[in-house]
Amino acid sequence: MIVFEKPKALADVPLHYCPGCTHGIIHRLVAEVIDELGIEGKTVGVAPVGCSVFAYNYFNCDMIEAAHGRAPAVATGVKRSLPDNIVFTYQGDGDLAAIGTAETVHSAARGENITIIFVNNAIYGMTGGQMAPTTLPGQITQTSPYGRNPEQVGLPVKVCELLSNVDGATYLERVAVNNVKNVKNAKKAIKKAFQNQLEGKGFSLVEVLSTCPTNWGLKPDKALEWLEENMIPYYPLGVYKDKTAEKEAE
Amino acid sequence: MTHEILLAGFGGQGILFSGKFLAYDGLLENREVSWLPSYGPEMRGGTCNCSIILSDTKIGSPIVSNPNVLVAMNLPSLDKFENSAVPGAKIFVDSSLIDRKVERDDVDVYYIPATKLASDHNLPGLANMIMIGHVIAKAGVMPYENVETTMKKLVPAKKQNLIELNIKAVELGYNY
Amino acid sequence: MADKVLMKGNEALAEAAIMAGCRHYFGYPITPQTEIAAYMAKRMPVIGGTFLQAESEVAAINMIYGAAAAGKRAMTSSSSPGIALKSEGISYLAGSDLPALIINVQRGGPGLGGIQPSQSDYFQATKSAGHGDFKLIVLAPASVQEMVDLTFKGFDLADKYRMPAMLLSDGTMGQMMEPVSLEMGEVKEYDKSSWAACGTKCEREHNVVNSLFIQPEELEKYNFERYERYAQIEANEVMYDEYLMDDAEICIVAYGVAARVSQNAIDKARAQGIKVGMIRPITLWPFPKAVLNAAADKVKAFISVELSMGQMIEDIELATRCKKPVLLCNRVGGMIPTTEDVLNSINKANSVGGDK
Repeated sequence: MIVFEKPKALADVPLHYCPGCTHGIIHRLVAEVIDELGIEGKTVGVAPVGCSVFAYNYFNCDMIEAAHGRAPAVATGVKRSLPDNIVFTYQGDGDLAAIGTAETVHSAARGENITIIFVNNAIYGMTGGQMAPTTLPGQITQTSPYGRNPEQVGLPVKVCELLSNVDGATYLERVAVNNVKNVKNAKKAIKKAFQNQLEGKGFSLVEVLSTCPTNWGLKPDKALEWLEENMIPYYPLGVYKDKTAEKEAE
Repeated sequence: MTHEILLAGFGGQGILFSGKFLAYDGLLENREVSWLPSYGPEMRGGTCNCSIILSDTKIGSPIVSNPNVLVAMNLPSLDKFENSAVPGAKIFVDSSLIDRKVERDDVDVYYIPATKLASDHNLPGLANMIMIGHVIAKAGVMPYENVETTMKKLVPAKKQNLIELNIKAVELGYNY
Repeated sequence: MADKVLMKGNEALAEAAIMAGCRHYFGYPITPQTEIAAYMAKRMPVIGGTFLQAESEVAAINMIYGAAAAGKRAMTSSSSPGIALKSEGISYLAGSDLPALIINVQRGGPGLGGIQPSQSDYFQATKSAGHGDFKLIVLAPASVQEMVDLTFKGFDLADKYRMPAMLLSDGTMGQMMEPVSLEMGEVKEYDKSSWAACGTKCEREHNVVNSLFIQPEELEKYNFERYERYAQIEANEVMYDEYLMDDAEICIVAYGVAARVSQNAIDKARAQGIKVGMIRPITLWPFPKAVLNAAADKVKAFISVELSMGQMIEDIELATRCKKPVLLCNRVGGMIPTTEDVLNSINKANSVGGDK
């Protein structure tokens, strides 16, 4: 009896992520959802620039590599060309909340019927640990060696809170993957975000708090603790907007 | 025969429309045609001009810098373009808006109070087409008998009223 | 003969794009090309296509990238400063071997520049439309009819060679009306199933549209392959027009509106007995090198007439191996050389020593 196997939507290749990084978990959740919804054959994914740049090798659906920050614009082009397909982007915090802010906000404002998986680990991983728009106050990175100083560089961007003020957005939820319970919730949110698109309900974004043991300078287990103790208090988990629930309540 | 026509005036006087009228006739007559407007911020309330070339041979530059037909519908236009007209050119002046005379003596000048005629004959905003009627009469840029057909080609049939008023304006200028 | 209609260049090219099967237009307003967006905004919803005004030129070109990656004919249009913003996406299109048509209705620069006609993006279009080693097919219309014909051709060449093409126009061509025939023949369909990201239907391996190749050997291989394709284009797709070149002793080289003005000047010079003709590049890349090099053995001088500070002149000198002097006749900043300006240059060229 098979009790555990790789989701079909996940390619059978080794992932390049560092030991203890939670990107792998998030990839798996997305793939499981694609399997469960039976949409692999009509899904087109858009990979970003950042640690998950090679995501195009890891999913078995058709994939497009976007320029840094432009994934929501690319996804818009794809979705408008193939309205019956399912289009998702998978983006990190630098990609989505710094260089791609305009694309993020405006795809939400247009209510593009796409799904965005936003991985927030409070740091630029691929380039070796620089300050991200989501780096916490006081957090030490390569480009904030004395700790992020809000007086000089301001405070972090809270994406779900920001987008909850954009009328065009349909569904915004922040989840984390630091323990079993949170992973289960994360999967539920990701599934809802895809389901929304299938039902033509519009722009859905799931922000996933994720770890970066390498650039945080922590062992994997300590990184999970750090996420719980530092990130979750600053970035509270929960649903920030759900037009579908509002409709049901009416 | 090549007519290099420059129409000039204020934005809002229908300069571009009257240029289109001539261009459409050229199209119907199977002549070579080009129509080039000035564009940019100057269109918004300022001066506006339009180059039209009607020719029996292939047209090179669409820019009319030395017109043989010049229509000036305000003073700045006459000031700006009077000297650019070729010797022997025909210059048409809306004398209700321009109170000076053309200074050159090597050109043929036609004064017509088009704006006043338009208001006298209850043809609001059609001074441009009165000018065009006069240009047809004096410069032979298109056959007069084409006026109705060309107007119907240019103005959509559902604006029947406009077609009639425009034709009336051209007639008025032609017979002035 | 097909019925002709009188249309503005910008609108005619937009209609031509639709007739060429383009159903996906993404753009951002900028003078002097906004009629294209306005036309698409009106027409696309009626014919079941997509018109979308993006939040920026950067977003617009990436929407094109998405639509092209999905296997659709897609187009964007802009003017000089906006094209600079699109250069990132253009490079990604080239690096991912995606076909698309980009319209540049040029205006004067640098910086915010002005809004009047210009040809000062020649280098940008033909040499450096973005980072990395790549080329664009660059088409230069000199009439409203060519705005139509070259739009149609541009889509076809882009699909045929899987690369972006650019229509390099200017404010004059965009704003002017001329009689134009919209009859363009059959649209050739290209099979994109081997690379387009449009869903596997779980029937094939997944397609990946990508320009990232971390292994240098692999990246080099793709660059070499691309340049082999470029060599085919240089061999097969050069387009130009000749005017009175049979007995010419002076050869004007000009494209777009500069060629139209030059034609007037040539007619006047011929009337004075000066033997002058013109080679008008229709493709700026591939540049008509061979015909110019052949002409260099017959004429005594060339004149590059351009609305730029001497950009195309470098390609003329290269193509002719500097065998004969090349004079520059130019106006910039939105100014257009007059017939007299060109005539003066012809007279100057005519006084160049008779060392032919």
